[in-house]
Amino acid sequence: MTRRAYIGVAVLLAIACVLPFVVSNYRTFQLTLVLVYAIALLGLNILTGYNGQISLGHGAFYAIGAYSAAVLMDRLGAPYWATLPAAGAVCLVAGFLFGLPALRLEGLYLALATFALGVSMPQLLKYHHLEKWTGGVQGIVIAKPEPPAFLREAGLQMNSDQWLYFFALAVAVVMFVLGWNLLRGRVGRALIAIRDQHIAAEAMGINSALYKSLAFGVSAMYTGIAGALGAIAVQYVAPDSFTIFLSLVFLVGIVVGGLASISGALYGALFIQFVPNVADEISKAAPWAIFGLFLIAFVYLMPAGVAGAVRMLLVRLKQKGAK
Amino acid sequence: MKRKLVPIAALLAAALASPTALAQKKYDPGASDAEIRIGNTNPYSGPASAYGTIGKTITAYFKMVDDQGGINGRKINFISYDDAYSPPKTVEMVRKLVEQDNVLFVFQTLGTPSNTAIHKYMNMKKVPQLHVATGASKWNDPKNFPWTMGWQPNYQTEARIYAKHILQTKPDVKIGVLYQNDDYGKDYLKGLKDGLGDKAAKMIVAEVSYEVSDPTVDSQIVQLQASGANVFFNVGTPKFAAQAIRKAYDIGWKPVQYLNNVSTSIGAVLTPAGLEKSVGIITTAYLKDYSDAQWANDPAVKKWEGFMKKYYPAGDLNDVSNLYGYTVARTLEQVLKQCGDNLTRENVMKQAASMKGQYIDTLLPGITITTSDNDYAPIESVQMQRFNGKRWERFGEVMGN
Amino acid sequence: MDAFIHQVLSGLATGGIYASLALALVMIYRVTHLVNFAQGEMAMFSTYIAWSLINAGMGYWPAFLLTVLLAFVLGAVIERVVIRPVENAPVLAIVVIFIALLVILNSATGWIYSYTIKTFPSPFPKEPLFGNKYMSSHELGAIGVTLVVLVLLYVFFRFTPLGLAMRAVAQNPESSRLVGIRVGWMLALGWGLAAAVGAVAGMMIAPIVYLDPNMMGGILLYAFAAALLGGIDSPGGAVIGGFAVGVLENVLGAYVIGNDLKLSVALGLIIGVLLVRPSGLFGKVHVTRV
Repeated sequence: MTRRAYIGVAVLLAIACVLPFVVSNYRTFQLTLVLVYAIALLGLNILTGYNGQISLGHGAFYAIGAYSAAVLMDRLGAPYWATLPAAGAVCLVAGFLFGLPALRLEGLYLALATFALGVSMPQLLKYHHLEKWTGGVQGIVIAKPEPPAFLREAGLQMNSDQWLYFFALAVAVVMFVLGWNLLRGRVGRALIAIRDQHIAAEAMGINSALYKSLAFGVSAMYTGIAGALGAIAVQYVAPDSFTIFLSLVFLVGIVVGGLASISGALYGALFIQFVPNVADEISKAAPWAIFGLFLIAFVYLMPAGVAGAVRMLLVRLKQKGAK
Repeated sequence: MKRKLVPIAALLAAALASPTALAQKKYDPGASDAEIRIGNTNPYSGPASAYGTIGKTITAYFKMVDDQGGINGRKINFISYDDAYSPPKTVEMVRKLVEQDNVLFVFQTLGTPSNTAIHKYMNMKKVPQLHVATGASKWNDPKNFPWTMGWQPNYQTEARIYAKHILQTKPDVKIGVLYQNDDYGKDYLKGLKDGLGDKAAKMIVAEVSYEVSDPTVDSQIVQLQASGANVFFNVGTPKFAAQAIRKAYDIGWKPVQYLNNVSTSIGAVLTPAGLEKSVGIITTAYLKDYSDAQWANDPAVKKWEGFMKKYYPAGDLNDVSNLYGYTVARTLEQVLKQCGDNLTRENVMKQAASMKGQYIDTLLPGITITTSDNDYAPIESVQMQRFNGKRWERFGEVMGN
Repeated sequence: MDAFIHQVLSGLATGGIYASLALALVMIYRVTHLVNFAQGEMAMFSTYIAWSLINAGMGYWPAFLLTVLLAFVLGAVIERVVIRPVENAPVLAIVVIFIALLVILNSATGWIYSYTIKTFPSPFPKEPLFGNKYMSSHELGAIGVTLVVLVLLYVFFRFTPLGLAMRAVAQNPESSRLVGIRVGWMLALGWGLAAAVGAVAGMMIAPIVYLDPNMMGGILLYAFAAALLGGIDSPGGAVIGGFAVGVLENVLGAYVIGNDLKLSVALGLIIGVLLVRPSGLFGKVHVTRV
């Protein structure tokens, strides 16, 4: 990354740290959700953007992560911060196990397999034999985490919304840094090679099967951690929160944000969090239709996503500067 | 001179000291001299968007109220947001209503999962979660959740009434149940089982579910016929209930059919199913059915029709949700009228919990609204009725808990 | 035994529904190598147009034909106006456009027509064939119509120059252009034909499931699975896939796993089949040159 980029990220982080103290609790809650979705979208982007494996069912991993957190907190009394690594581990394994047989499927057929996973998840969550754990159709209500004692002793006054925001921010920074490291190194190059020219990649010695399954696993892990964080923020999980539409919204998010782009995850998260609200303000008669029009407009104007458009803009500015 | 001054001074002193002498205006956030802000979330988009028409009806109703001068001189500012039937979105929108829009209370939020998601929050913030739009039984819990109140008769109560009727009329039966695989369907099933008591396991020979994504319930009806059931409890939303009624008839299965209250409209369910195929169906109801000819000249129904034509012309008159929305909005209007100038959240709950035999003319005769400090279920009574091929014939007494 | 036969026949009836929409999906795939997720909503919207025409007094068959024509025009217009500007965008971006079309059509239809269910007439007699209790005449007739459409599509793609041109465009647009095929028109035509097939499917489906804006959501899911099970480029495969899915779903629900999980298990089994035959039962295995 160039020095300018480092400065840009530092400024962004600084703003992010100040925000919860200047905006209302409700906005802080919304921003927490943006961070949650950004982590989920980065996960999906690793699989679909960088590795070219289309997933129409990532909402299922989000759900698994969310329910892992809920079950651990509500049924087993675990502290909220411990649920994140647990959810990540469960989803890593689940994603890898799903990715293994999925190796045999390509393109549309893989899309169907992931679609099937996304569609089945609410049914599985409602299944009455699992009701003791999942709460069935009634779902599970989770307690809200309080800011830890050491903060109060240090004199920092924070309410639980702000604390949750900073917790999410910390997790997001860690996940993004990990992802950035992963993707700009050998692994990232291998993933992209497999996406673009998989025969050549195999000929060069890249173990395509291993990388593809790992991509599934890591991608699911990211989305699962996001799901756990989301469950803690909303304090409630129910099958209705994780329908196939969630998976489709995630796909929309990475496309609008920018495929194969880390910043794209953040742009996409902002889009899927705020644009539906804007559509609702415009028309109550058919808000979905307005949302659809927004989608078409974004794809027309920015076919490479917001990240692609920003990149082009920066290039153009640099060219102008060079003159 | 002195003699006259003393009584006057005494009167003045008494007037200034007594609190009731001055106009008592008490406001919580969301209420003022000019307006009352009410919050709501409804699924205007997403798979449950059919129910968004309730929010549109309520919006139209309060627009009419405002056109006619408001309530106690105050305009109603009804703020409704789309939650797409997704609990995280409901949480976000309700927090916006309470923390940013500063509404006085939240009214008719729709859906059991959506309301469960905000249940704790509303009670912690001490903001009324009033007349929630779901038939689940858990909203009647004033001891633990004093700020949450339901409105419509709950599903379990209705199912228990059917169970009682079955036990009284046909004690030796095999019951087959078709239910939607969500909280609504499962609540009805539970109510039926509770109502049958220890006979439930023997009497219910088949419990068959369907998903909203299923194109038809034909397979389920065939399963029910194969189970040998001679009583059919049809717990489906309008489309699926109609499919079930039609298919049962077409395959020659003739059970005694109990239809759930959500799908009793003649225009929206029985006519598509086939009126001749619906003869003998038993249900309970608390609202008048616009498409039932017996109410064609009923002044209350005609007034509602006029309201719809003027304020919500895009609304379908055959959609029972629109009559539902109108009736619950009028209930709220009554509560707010009772509040007078004391528009605190506490008083709103108090007035909502002080309705004694209130009757709104779009309810069936005999159905009234009653609440108290330990009864947070406004409408608990329903009327049994049977379809005779043309209209719903009420029978028996108004039943309730 | 009687119940089992009933379930199988009932499964064939619903399978016919899936098959008819699966044909539209295969149609659009053969021309564009994309699966249009909005196909179901387009079919539903076309059916509502037919309903409006019939409600306004038009007879069934004139309304049917006019609707098929209008659907064809709608499909071609959508291709030229909505899809053409982004045809060079990444595939996923086009998928997002399909999703956008889906939500727009669904939401707009709900707003225009409201959500109460409507009955849609059937051209077939009301009495079941031979008085049987298993399948109505309409369900049998709808299967017949689907098979006729299948034959027409097969003949079109295999034996007509236009069909050949469309297949060429899907396979290799640049070479097609070089031999003089008007690629743009082929795409628009293909979209129009797929929309027309969808409209026929919608008008056959609506009398069975009742007409409402959410009519096609679940059906699209199964049709997608059925089309891929049969092989996404094989119309015959789509029809067989449709029937297979319908019967499988019924049998699973009634005898194996119960209705609570039949959707998940059915989809799981289909994925299982795909793992054994990754291009579907009758699909072409693609050989890529290095």
